[in-house]
Amino acid sequence: MDTRNEKKNLLANGAVQTLLASLVCIILGLFVGYIVLFIINPAGAGRAITTILKNFLYFPRPEVALEYFGSTLAKSAPLLMCTLSVLFAYKVGLFNIGASGQFTVGAGFALYFAIHYNAPWWVCILLAIFGGAVLGAAAGALKAYLNVNEVIACIMLNWISLYAVNTVLTAVKESGTTYTLPLRTNNPSAIIPHLGLQNLFANNRYVTIAIPLSVIFAILVWVLLEKTKLGYELKATGLSVNAAKYAGMKEKKNMILTMAISGGLAGLGAGFLYLSGIEQWSCAQTAVPNMGFNGIAAAFLGGLHPIGAVFSSFFIQHITSGGAYVDKMVYCSQISDLIAAIIIYFCGFVLFFKHCMNQRIRKAEEKKARSAEKKGEE
Amino acid sequence: MALLLQYTIIYATVLLLVALGGCFSERSGIINLGLEGIMVAGALGGALVMKYMPNLSNGAMVVSVILGSVIFGMVFSLFLAVAAINFNADQTLVGTAMNMLATAAATVLVKGINMAENPNNVASTIQYIDQKKAFSIVKIAGFEVNWFMIITIVLLIVANIVLYHTSLGLRLMACGEHPQAADSVGINVYKMRYIGVLISGFLGGLGGIVYITAGVSEWKFENGVAGFGFLALAVMIFGQWKPNLIALTAVIFGLFRALSNVYSGFDFLVALNIPGTFYKMLPYIISLLVLAVSSKKSRAPKAEGIPYDKGQR
Repeated sequence: MDTRNEKKNLLANGAVQTLLASLVCIILGLFVGYIVLFIINPAGAGRAITTILKNFLYFPRPEVALEYFGSTLAKSAPLLMCTLSVLFAYKVGLFNIGASGQFTVGAGFALYFAIHYNAPWWVCILLAIFGGAVLGAAAGALKAYLNVNEVIACIMLNWISLYAVNTVLTAVKESGTTYTLPLRTNNPSAIIPHLGLQNLFANNRYVTIAIPLSVIFAILVWVLLEKTKLGYELKATGLSVNAAKYAGMKEKKNMILTMAISGGLAGLGAGFLYLSGIEQWSCAQTAVPNMGFNGIAAAFLGGLHPIGAVFSSFFIQHITSGGAYVDKMVYCSQISDLIAAIIIYFCGFVLFFKHCMNQRIRKAEEKKARSAEKKGEE
Repeated sequence: MALLLQYTIIYATVLLLVALGGCFSERSGIINLGLEGIMVAGALGGALVMKYMPNLSNGAMVVSVILGSVIFGMVFSLFLAVAAINFNADQTLVGTAMNMLATAAATVLVKGINMAENPNNVASTIQYIDQKKAFSIVKIAGFEVNWFMIITIVLLIVANIVLYHTSLGLRLMACGEHPQAADSVGINVYKMRYIGVLISGFLGGLGGIVYITAGVSEWKFENGVAGFGFLALAVMIFGQWKPNLIALTAVIFGLFRALSNVYSGFDFLVALNIPGTFYKMLPYIISLLVLAVSSKKSRAPKAEGIPYDKGQR
């Protein structure tokens, strides 16, 4: 009897339910992705989906695999910051679809100051945070004072910042290409230091302290949300603006602050990506970077928990990087974007999954209670 | 000048169609942030018809392209309907997922088709140079009247009649204001909301095909529709969820969007020496300003975004 009780409690546990729901989302996402691959070309579908899931393990030699594992991690760190950005705003009742725009502005600040003013990496990082925070605060202020829907405001700001950053960074681009000048040759002091971390990953020079820093930030976000008065106030504002106002909280200030923090996190993500030197900004980009949108996927997949976000961000980046290795003769790398999108879609059903689980538990309990009653009658 | 007018009208047509779609969905109580994705789906449907049936006569071409895009748009809108109406999903999240889904799926699909035809063609582009000509009716002094403009005007009139003068429209609006009250007098809220979302799929899909045939004869599906679905939502909000006001707003927004295409043709605009990117930003800046001015006293349907719960009062 006791063991049964434990089993029931395990399923009724919120964290276990979240984990199960996320796994269901992933499996459904992969399954639908497989079907799409199958429709395009039945022969290679199985191999393509395993390639996506294997990502760096695609390389048979362990040191090469390790090196690419490092690259995946180096890109997971910025994604984790975008995830935290989306998650933080969502916890406070705001849907920050503008993480991409804040990321863009962060990239603009970081790269412009790194290349044009030869600023050291920590200055660039701080400026990236500042840029993202300002853009986030703008969306927050529009929402707080003028009741503008934050989703639409954020989308508009995304496009405005994309065009603005493209224009600004054209001043520091290579003459022959559309990409910004590489940091490694132009200003090595702007590269985030690695402090020996790269030796762990077969000398992958893109592995920097950004990776452990991003995990530390995840923990900080958790502490801020769960263990501080500010976090409590912000969450209260998210649950009910009027109740928060009635309780004497400054609801407008809280909203703006939330979006500023959220934007700062996304801006920091851009700093982590571009200041590790793994990517250069293309000034001819016609769409805002996908990082912010993948952040939405990872935030929900991680059950909207900062620690869950660490794992979900890695997973999303893992399949995104894995998409680069599918057979280019038949498929394209966007298949991982498709899988990520399907996963987000199914995340919308998480509440329903949980509802089903709880109902089953309740039914089982009722059944047990009834059988116990019967036994008593006998 | 004719060119500016031409582009203004084309973009206004797109914005009007898509914003009307958003209006029907929101009036029934479902926030449709997936309009952008619905546009991509509709555009894909129409483009595929043009690709695989290039030899249709003009009339048949117009009808089948419209059918293709409308069907794709409506089927795609079911993603929102099922999740938001039957499963009480977060409408913002589902809408966002749909936007990503549509662009990714269209890219994967078109690239797959292109690569199957020619392994060296890895572009996500569909061409329709000749097929496009079927949409044009008459050209007056450089201004081309096409079938979409006529259809849009008809649809605007129909939308007005349906929304305000039929029991369907009045019931639909009741479901967006107070679904429990509507249910209490025997209106099927779920059905009404399905109708609202499907109409938005119809109009959004149509808007998608009009958008990708506006001024260009090929479309790169990787680019999606560049935030146009969201511009349409801004038009809808500024239009206060009323078809006629929406039409007026769409023309104003269309003008600003058209400027980015044709500003170099105006001497006084060139003389201002403003960088071209500013004109690209212009529609987004204007819509932010417009939203900032009009959102404070916005009269959104009261129950929009809230999943219908029969047990609630």
